[in-house]
Amino acid sequence: MSKLTMSKAINEGLRKCLETDPKTVIMGEDVGKLGGVFRVTDGLQKDFGEDRVIDTPLAESGIMGTAIGLALRGYRPIVEIQFDGFVYPAFDQIVTQLAKMHARALGHVKMPVTVRIPYAGGIGAVEHHSESHEAYFAHTAGLRVVTPSNPDDAYWMLRQSVESDDPVIFLEPKARYWDKAEISAAPVLDLHAAKVVRPGTDLTLLAYGPMVKTCLEAAAVAEQDGHRIEVVDLRSLSPVDFATLAESVKRTGRAVVVHEAPVFMGMGAELAARLTEQCFYHLEAPILRVGGYFAPYPPSRVEEQFLPDLDRVLDAVDRALAF
Amino acid sequence: MTVKSTSRARKKAAPGVPDSARTGQDAPAELVQLLTPEGDRVENPEFPLTVSPEELRALYRDLVLVRRFDGEATALQRQGELGLWASLLGQEAAQVGSGRAMREGDYAFPTYREHGVAWCRGVDPLNLLGMFRGVNHGGWDPNEKNFHLYTIVIGSQTLHATGYAMGITKDGAEDAVIAYFGDGASSQGDVNEAFTFASVYNAPVVFFCQNNQWAISEPTVNQTKIPLYRRASGFGFPGVRVDGNDVLACLAVTRWALDRARNGGGPVLIEAFTYRMGAHTTSDDPTRYRSAEETEAWKAKDPIARLRAHLEKEGLADEEFFAAVDTESEALGLRVREGVRSMPDPDPTLIFDHVYAEPHALVEEERAEYVAYAQSFEGGE
Ligand SMILES: Cc1ncc(C[n+]2csc(CCOP(=O)(O)OP(=O)(O)O)c2C)c(N)n1
Ligand SMILES: [Mg+2]
Repeated sequence: MSKLTMSKAINEGLRKCLETDPKTVIMGEDVGKLGGVFRVTDGLQKDFGEDRVIDTPLAESGIMGTAIGLALRGYRPIVEIQFDGFVYPAFDQIVTQLAKMHARALGHVKMPVTVRIPYAGGIGAVEHHSESHEAYFAHTAGLRVVTPSNPDDAYWMLRQSVESDDPVIFLEPKARYWDKAEISAAPVLDLHAAKVVRPGTDLTLLAYGPMVKTCLEAAAVAEQDGHRIEVVDLRSLSPVDFATLAESVKRTGRAVVVHEAPVFMGMGAELAARLTEQCFYHLEAPILRVGGYFAPYPPSRVEEQFLPDLDRVLDAVDRALAF
Repeated sequence: MTVKSTSRARKKAAPGVPDSARTGQDAPAELVQLLTPEGDRVENPEFPLTVSPEELRALYRDLVLVRRFDGEATALQRQGELGLWASLLGQEAAQVGSGRAMREGDYAFPTYREHGVAWCRGVDPLNLLGMFRGVNHGGWDPNEKNFHLYTIVIGSQTLHATGYAMGITKDGAEDAVIAYFGDGASSQGDVNEAFTFASVYNAPVVFFCQNNQWAISEPTVNQTKIPLYRRASGFGFPGVRVDGNDVLACLAVTRWALDRARNGGGPVLIEAFTYRMGAHTTSDDPTRYRSAEETEAWKAKDPIARLRAHLEKEGLADEEFFAAVDTESEALGLRVREGVRSMPDPDPTLIFDHVYAEPHALVEEERAEYVAYAQSFEGGE
């Protein structure tokens, strides 16, 4: 495949899902004629019809609840939530029903529902359009939670998510929608595998989604100061590929977790705690965290100060190296 | 017609509902109108309205200034001064008519598009632009003009409005509340729960739905099989469909509904049948999903043109008046332009302000951390 933007890669992934499995349906607000507000579903309704690509009423609980019903009837719904901040009306259905159905039914029913959500900030948007709520989902047993950081992963992880018989929360870093890359001919990794995206020896940066790019840039800058920083892209937030993470951290002896979500009770807390248990005797410094502040996502004119950037990542790298 | 297609059509039709009413699209006869698109006054015995020439001129002025402000904001977005703008173009009469029906003690709960209602409540237009510029998430004190903050999450505010109205009842006060929402929002659970609570508690709240025919790219038929105003009867209160491009009809019907509510009559659903003449927001491209002919057809029902035609026909306003409104409109445009351009970027410590009403240790700790971090850059280069 040629070079594709992340939004186009997901679009192609969805197209493939619709082509290969007649039980897949896409549901969401404005996903039809408009092709979604980010054009991720562009052209799909035209090619697969209104029965497969459904412009739903404006009601997220309704979308989610009926997707569950369709799954019970043997369908494989792919739900689009228009923006991160609008998933909450569907939260009840996701947490109390979608996540628990398989367990409650003792495995007699499956919930192969993929919930696509453009998330995270950095695009200068108004309130509710920039949030990182991955921890809520990762905190809920029964949900798989993944987030690609680049077009190739976006394409293959989407296809793997749709093929999964479990519900998958598929978080799309909207600031990365326009990044371009080549798509591989076949998936290289398991959906839930982490990936070392830059090898190094002195410290491990752990990131996912939108922050992988920031961390790669930080590692490149640190190299000029003689620091060889390893960057690991988590890709999956539930389950987390702790084996890959621990292998890296044991080697480098230092780790910094970076995410946009507030640090307090974020993914970084779980990662730091577990990796400390698993790598205790290899650690040269406490595992540090860089992330958003404990405050509502701010107005866009100050989001740059809220979001971790090169400087804040490097500041934490320096502090970890100085231990 | 083949047998097959007949049975298919039968199957799809909702039983007991006449064909003409099955879509929310075509306005049926029950539309309340007091001013025709040609500018002729018509009477409706259920909604009598006496307006003085002076009031008519004031309404005209409101409509023109609101449109001007809105157009200025759209232009400012294109110039990069605003991140986004949700234009009310075409919906001025629905908003000014309902906004002017309110009394001082009444309270409005808007969506993100009620710039015309804000104008009627006396909110400084510049205050509305802060969130679209990205300097705040609201920026006005809701209680100053009884105009709540804009709510972006579709439908939420209808419940707040209902709760506020329940409070009015508990206080034994004579105020009323108006909750704005859109045709798309009518599908949300929150809105339907608001209808239920308002009905059960007989809350003094008027649900004002601007059916502008579109929820971003989705036409009203994606949300409902019956005209929206008829939803009210299932919840046990009256619903009225009003010509949303007729400022007089909107004024009369909303006044009636608010008075009914304040006198213990309970909620009313008003469906203002109107049209979103512009894009959903400045980020939207409506050419992808609707025809230019449709938009063109609605142009003929323009809310401002019809009031102007009426004023001219009846000799209720002269050239001098129209010229004065135009001058005022220019001045407003200038004030808005200059005001936005000189709006300062907030201090980043705003991130930590007002997260809680009382001190919170973590927020204070992170604020101090941020300040120290920011200072480490100053003069350090
Ligand atoms: C809960 C929620 N879901 C989705 C959105 C995204 N969104 C913003 S406006 C809009 C359409 C609203 O249509 P309508 O209620 O008719 O109001 P209008 O914009 O036409 O005034 C949508 C889907 C949102 N803001 N909130
Ligand atoms: Mg609408």
